[in-house]
Amino acid sequence: MHNQRAPLFHLAKRTSLSPARAWTIRLASFVVAILIGGLIFLLLGDDPVSAYGAIITGSLGKKVAIRQTVKIAVPLLGTALAIAPCFKMRFWNIGAEGQITAGAIGATFFALNYYDKLPSPVLLIVMGLAGAVCGAFWAFIPAFFKARWGTNETLFTLMMNYIVIGLVKWLQGGPWEGKPGSQIIPNFASSAVLPKVFGIHCGWIIVLILTIFIYVYMRYSKHGYEIAVVGESENTARYAGMSVARITIRTMLLSGAISGLVGYMVASGANMTLYYSVADGVGFTAITVAWLAQLNPFAMIAISFLLAILDKGASTLQTVMNVPASISDIITGIFLFCMLASEFFINYRLVFRHDSGKEAVSE
Amino acid sequence: MQENCAVEMRNITKNFGPVAANSNVSLSIRRGEILSLLGENGSGKTTLMNMLAGIYYPDSGQIFVNGEEVRITSPKDAFDCGIGMIHQHFKLVSVLSAAENVVLGLDGPAVLDIKEVGRRIKEICERYSFSVSPEKKVYDMSVSEKQTLEIVKVLYRGADILILDEPTAVLTPQETEKLFDVLRAMKADGKAIVIITHKLHEVMELADRVAVLRRGEFAGEMMVRDTNPQEMTNMMVGRPISLNIERPDPVDPAERLVIKGLTVVDSEGITKLDNVTFTAMGGEILGIAGIAGSGQKELLEAVAGLQPVKSGSILYTPEDAPPSELVGKTPKQISNLGVSLAFVPEDRLGMGLVGGMGMTGNMLLRSWRRDKGVFIHAKEPSELAQRIKEELEVMTPSVRYPVRRLSGGNVQKVLVGREIASSPSVLMTAYAVRGLDINTSYTIYNLLTSQKMKGVAVIFVGEDLDVLLELCDRILVLYDGKVSGIVDARTADKEQIGLMMTRLSGKGGNADA
Amino acid sequence: MMGVINLVFNAILNGTPLMFGTMGESLTEKSGNLNLGVEGMMYMGGAFGLAGAFYYEKLTGGGSGILAVLIAIACSFLAGAIGALIYSFITITLRANQNVTGLALAIFGTGIGQFVGEYMRNVEGGYVAVSNELKNFFQASPFPRFLQDIPVVGKLIFGHNVFVYLGVILAVLMAFYINRTRYGLNLRATGESPATADAAGINVIKYKYLATVIGGGISAIGGMVYIMTIAGCVWNHEGLSGEGWLAVALVIFCLWRPLNTIWGSALFGALIIMYLRVHLPIPSEIYKILPYVVTVAVLVFTSLRKKKENQPPESLGLSYFREDR
Repeated sequence: MHNQRAPLFHLAKRTSLSPARAWTIRLASFVVAILIGGLIFLLLGDDPVSAYGAIITGSLGKKVAIRQTVKIAVPLLGTALAIAPCFKMRFWNIGAEGQITAGAIGATFFALNYYDKLPSPVLLIVMGLAGAVCGAFWAFIPAFFKARWGTNETLFTLMMNYIVIGLVKWLQGGPWEGKPGSQIIPNFASSAVLPKVFGIHCGWIIVLILTIFIYVYMRYSKHGYEIAVVGESENTARYAGMSVARITIRTMLLSGAISGLVGYMVASGANMTLYYSVADGVGFTAITVAWLAQLNPFAMIAISFLLAILDKGASTLQTVMNVPASISDIITGIFLFCMLASEFFINYRLVFRHDSGKEAVSE
Repeated sequence: MQENCAVEMRNITKNFGPVAANSNVSLSIRRGEILSLLGENGSGKTTLMNMLAGIYYPDSGQIFVNGEEVRITSPKDAFDCGIGMIHQHFKLVSVLSAAENVVLGLDGPAVLDIKEVGRRIKEICERYSFSVSPEKKVYDMSVSEKQTLEIVKVLYRGADILILDEPTAVLTPQETEKLFDVLRAMKADGKAIVIITHKLHEVMELADRVAVLRRGEFAGEMMVRDTNPQEMTNMMVGRPISLNIERPDPVDPAERLVIKGLTVVDSEGITKLDNVTFTAMGGEILGIAGIAGSGQKELLEAVAGLQPVKSGSILYTPEDAPPSELVGKTPKQISNLGVSLAFVPEDRLGMGLVGGMGMTGNMLLRSWRRDKGVFIHAKEPSELAQRIKEELEVMTPSVRYPVRRLSGGNVQKVLVGREIASSPSVLMTAYAVRGLDINTSYTIYNLLTSQKMKGVAVIFVGEDLDVLLELCDRILVLYDGKVSGIVDARTADKEQIGLMMTRLSGKGGNADA
Repeated sequence: MMGVINLVFNAILNGTPLMFGTMGESLTEKSGNLNLGVEGMMYMGGAFGLAGAFYYEKLTGGGSGILAVLIAIACSFLAGAIGALIYSFITITLRANQNVTGLALAIFGTGIGQFVGEYMRNVEGGYVAVSNELKNFFQASPFPRFLQDIPVVGKLIFGHNVFVYLGVILAVLMAFYINRTRYGLNLRATGESPATADAAGINVIKYKYLATVIGGGISAIGGMVYIMTIAGCVWNHEGLSGEGWLAVALVIFCLWRPLNTIWGSALFGALIIMYLRVHLPIPSEIYKILPYVVTVAVLVFTSLRKKKENQPPESLGLSYFREDR
């Protein structure tokens, strides 16, 4: 009478899917992303194979290139690790960008004022600590309001990013300005620069240690267990005698501290100075890294490395094939979209309905 | 097909994952008749009706409205068929006004004449002597106001097939009576009415015909005038009620929890518990009866330290130590006092368990804090999980399999098993057998009784009076947050408790005025 | 006096891109979708809007100014709408996390915008700008001279570029749509409680898609307005950077109400340029963070007061699946 159309299909949640199949689906999405990216190169009149070839050789072809790729991957991985506990707790911290910047400010303060007063190793440790403390402080503010009054953390942390970035702009043109009028903070003295190991600043060692730390923390520590419970159900957490407010604040302090540490590494290891775009979008990209890795620290290594390859490779593309380097953001976006989309096919299945009333299950 | 048949459902089947909510159910709904859909909790009544309301879509089967086959894929389709459902959990948008909620989703001129809507609402209200003020925001409304609004909403849409899901659960007796009058008036209007319930006296009082569901299957139907509560009950549970729950006499009962003048006011200022006083003894099972929402949840949560208490005291008296006051303490502080309190909450996956974790992870929920150092120790919980899995026959592929994916009975076994394993001195359970099959229910009864024999003070909040009467030693009846009486379960009868559940003893119908 | 008039005038000028960005995002958020990709969509809108006007002029060798404005609007709207469509498909149909998808769109959109901007510059030999006559249609007031010359009020009422008036009209229309029409009511219900809306027979998916896609298009127009007015019709990614995030902030500041965006965007515009106009002993960069500080204050204040009407749409950020259980 009213509605004779049969729904073509409806959705049902999967009851279970073997990890192998889940990763097969993710791999398939990866292939789809490569194909779409290839299509874009075709549209631009470039040969996709040589374009991808340029990306690979540009990022991994030479020792120097590999070093630079790793240098890009280090802050991505570090920040993804920082974000993971928050997201596990379903606390949507999108303020890593600001927490990185705050950390960089803390580290820079000591780099500028104590470079000649402290021996280098001590100075570097103090800078790292200052970075962690400042990052943690910047994360604490929204966490406190969330815990106390339920203030929306997504929007709050987002706003905090731009406040601290504005502060750096002020420092650049004001109190920390080098040559008057230059709007630039002078380069760090060599004693405030992270030493290199295998040609890359030793931040890569720090993030690898952090990877293991976060893995153990999330999986085997009491804190990690509390975070998982709070993320699943705050009521259950209270029932089990956990203080949700305390866990929220503590986790954000940790997250901010790690982000701050990343800020310190970028300022001291990569840039050797502080400027307002010290985070340069890493805080945002890292969120996608953490999420796509299913919050698994080891998967984050792979994904941050993949994005670093795209980033570094694309700048080669610019010189070799005269394609603007912003192609890397486009390709990165396509990869992210495809991988986000693939999660759907892991979590849901389509149930097709036929006229006979029988059902065929499509994977 | 009968002349006055409004809806006919044929061979409807609906599965949720591995769980069959409805299998092969056929049912007809007639005009000018009140049909009562009867069944225990979890028997699939709501799911079945949700398929008429367009909330769920059946996996297989056919639905006919006025003799023609229809496919109801959305609530909109349901409205087009003249079907309106009043859900147990109200579907209202709290920041919108009554009038705005009523016209939600309706077709009509693009520009909304909200005053006209208000006028029509007033009309409907007058016809059935309701009262709803169109401008009032839903967040300012009481529960019964919200329900009234839901009914107005359905009537406004001109529905002639009305489905009400447990409408009386939240109403006072007077409100219930008023609702029934309205339903009778609508029946006289020629509307088809379905009322989902598990309360037999409502069926007897209101319905013309009763259809019974049992564990997702159609168990039978009959005219109400031709049947009696006994027959309906038999149909609901599938066999005559002779529960035969073993009930040994308490041995040396000792005061364990002394609760005096407990008053709880929720965040919206509504008094949930009003001057509640009673004593729970070690070595006995104290049953708590009452219609849903009479303060059972708040009572247990207050004892567990999860509910802020306005006034009163909860004194915990262990066997060999001085008593301690629990009011004003967090669950953590209570546990630090050495009070071994076990609590099986009503919301199993939302409060008692972590759905995404396996049995082991859930065992940790009780033991994690006792672990020394910064790491969790999974060995003991894992062994405990294994033990519970074997002893209580939990059907799960492994102790690491997320408990969310287990069936309701198995979820409850995990929860009760864990709580008992903590060797508590007080064990509180809320609706411990809701949605469970008979066998699992008996497993739970036996577990509770064995705890009682160990000297544990067991508090059993239940909804099935037969179970309360056969399992418990004493029964406390709550009505609207007040204690309306405490009776001896061995001598009390069902009618007596039923009466106490609906009005305070001795005060007649004035109690809620 | 002139100083104040100039300040207000420039505040409105600088607020206009934000007004569009904010209105679009408000519409999106009303449906319960938090699209953090505004920055990306505004980039796309800026680049494609410029490209539309530029190539229109190039192909016609002059052409109609009004048509050029319309084409720029259409191009930017379409670009943003396509970006929002990708977001919608992934979050609504495929139910991915909104925050993460929005950020991916921000990355993707800024990439596309910048790519198109740079690509045009490469192809066209370094300089992409429309002629001065065409610029006038984007930047000058559409009203006759004598109206603009009325003392004091003339400039403030009649002196703005065409987008200011379009923005105000759009804001009024949108407020009317959201508050007075059936569809607006349905949209609000969708954002507050999709399950309720669904039960009331509202096609939640359709509303979410339409609000998000149209909202994305409107946001993107804001990017075009920036490029074609403030940036002087040349690609300027430095200047555009941050506008989208500021728009997200402004949505909160305006409490999701389109009419508030009219004065809210002017206020934010004033905060952006205040350091140029008002000389207080505060460094200019500190002025520039004021919009964010003010937004945080609003956010905190509304969560303290807990007034239901001022809260974000209740389902903001959550995806909806009818049979979830």
